[in-house]
Amino acid sequence: MFPDAAPLLAVDGLVKRFGGFRALDVLSLRLDAGEILGLVGPNGSGKTTCINVISGLYRPDGGDIHFDGRSIGGWPSHRLVHAGINRTFQVPRPFLTLTVRENVQVALAYGRRGDGVADVDALLLSLDLDAFADRPAKELNSAQQKMLDLARALATRPRLLLIDELAAGLNAAELERVAVKLKDLARSGIALLVVEHLMGFIDQITDRIIVMNAGKEIFEGRLAEAAANPQVVEVFFGAEHAA
Amino acid sequence: MARHLLLILLPVVAAFAILPSVYTNHLMLFNFIIFMTLAQGLNVIYGFTGYLPFGYVGFFGAGSYGFSLMVIHLQAPPFVALLIGAAAAVALALLLTPLLRLSGVYFSIANLAAALAVLQVVSNPNLEEITKGPYGISLRGVFNPTLSYGTAVAVLAATLALVIYLRNSHFGMALKAIREDPISAGMAGINVVRERVVAWLLSALIAGLAGGVFAWYVSVFYPETVFSVEFSVFAIVFVLFGGNATVIGPILGVVILYGIYNAVGISTPQYFQLIYGVLIMGLVLFLPNGLVSLLQRWGIDVP
Ligand SMILES: Nc1ncnc2c1ncn2[C@@H]1O[C@H](COP(=O)(O)OP(=O)(O)OP(=O)(O)O)[C@@H](O)[C@H]1O
Ligand SMILES: [Mg+2]
Repeated sequence: MFPDAAPLLAVDGLVKRFGGFRALDVLSLRLDAGEILGLVGPNGSGKTTCINVISGLYRPDGGDIHFDGRSIGGWPSHRLVHAGINRTFQVPRPFLTLTVRENVQVALAYGRRGDGVADVDALLLSLDLDAFADRPAKELNSAQQKMLDLARALATRPRLLLIDELAAGLNAAELERVAVKLKDLARSGIALLVVEHLMGFIDQITDRIIVMNAGKEIFEGRLAEAAANPQVVEVFFGAEHAA
Repeated sequence: MARHLLLILLPVVAAFAILPSVYTNHLMLFNFIIFMTLAQGLNVIYGFTGYLPFGYVGFFGAGSYGFSLMVIHLQAPPFVALLIGAAAAVALALLLTPLLRLSGVYFSIANLAAALAVLQVVSNPNLEEITKGPYGISLRGVFNPTLSYGTAVAVLAATLALVIYLRNSHFGMALKAIREDPISAGMAGINVVRERVVAWLLSALIAGLAGGVFAWYVSVFYPETVFSVEFSVFAIVFVLFGGNATVIGPILGVVILYGIYNAVGISTPQYFQLIYGVLIMGLVLFLPNGLVSLLQRWGIDVP
């Protein structure tokens, strides 16, 4: 094997069951450093579950996850964070009674890899959170709380970032800024897995997407090609076409 | 942090060191020290991690009995016995760590059941040879009110120092992060299970030390005395009333409520229990973060 050719993240035949229901049904994907991969699919297709398993919230019921050549399936979250994986949440989950600054400080203290300069203020500024630095996180609106999730994740200096519907609820100007931010992160070498329903946003930041349905991959390639794929069209627009 | 040590710990310790020379009811002063220590110990686990242990007194009783059995059976000197008593409380907490998997009221009740179970074991007449069973403990040989009072002040000082550290350190911040959202805490790189257990053991250690020094000071007591659920309830009420996860809150709670208790509660306990009951309900409903939250609402950073 050629170690250089190995992707940063390799998911092979991943299975996650809830009772008898397979939320992930033999899913595989590859992601390289500096790449942005879009993960799209209808509601309930397993996108969030995929992120949850990779980030250690759930143990996989089958398949392998390799990160940087190591098998990481079933590791607890904090260990994955120290290995270089972090995420944001579809429904944001900041520490509500801690201040915005403390939310980031605690991640710097416990999750930061290496010992590079830790500038909380610069990080908050880059995500438009500087004005609220000393307010409790519960005073932020939902979009700002999502940015705080991102700030906490970035404080740990991840090499793989899993983004779950960060763009939902943002206005056009905010969307543009977030898109630029994510592309900057990818350019700095971070691998990004981006789950999103807004296709314009996906189109703007990704080169490659995976379309999921019922826990399985049904398409991999460019978004433009996906739109021409009958199976994808069926999954997304089936109801309307039938009507 | 140095400021908090100077402005909070020092005056409290000085007050308890000086008061015995101007106030004759030393037992009452001693009880203040014990309740302040227990309230802060409970603050470590409840205030910083959100677990409310109704059976917190179990660690106090374990400390009392650990101390006493060392003195009775091995003629251990009091300071050695005190450490063993504290170790007994920590060992009990280790045994009970699986309870941390429970949440909310399930944890509280399971912990209460555990404390009652320990009481049943200790007061079992069949164990009279070892624990003196229901007949209680008498430690006249080591009785020393002055030295044991001084040791209680030292235990309180150490406890306050720990809570001040939690209030000002990344470790305390991490515990609060776990309390807010364990999943997010994991994504902040915090080893949730480990840090939680550390807080749990620290909190048990404090109660164990308090229990040991209590046994030493009073020297004669029954199992029901040191395993009385009233210790848990009082400590919880003081923390709730004053305000959790702060240094000042539990101190205020003890000074005000235990002060009132000593002024009116002892002569007319029936009214007092009623007032306490109403107070707990009122607090939980209208002021869940205690007196200090009134100040925090005004943007004041309460230490
Ligand atoms: N903890 C859980 N317990 C039981 N079922 C779950 C759990 N988490 C997810 N599921 C189920 O698994 C399926 C996939 O859910 P998931 O949240 O991954 O979908 P999604 O693709 O992220 O959808 P959306 O676009 O609505 O966010 C759904 O049917 C969901 O109900
Ligand atoms: Mg989702």
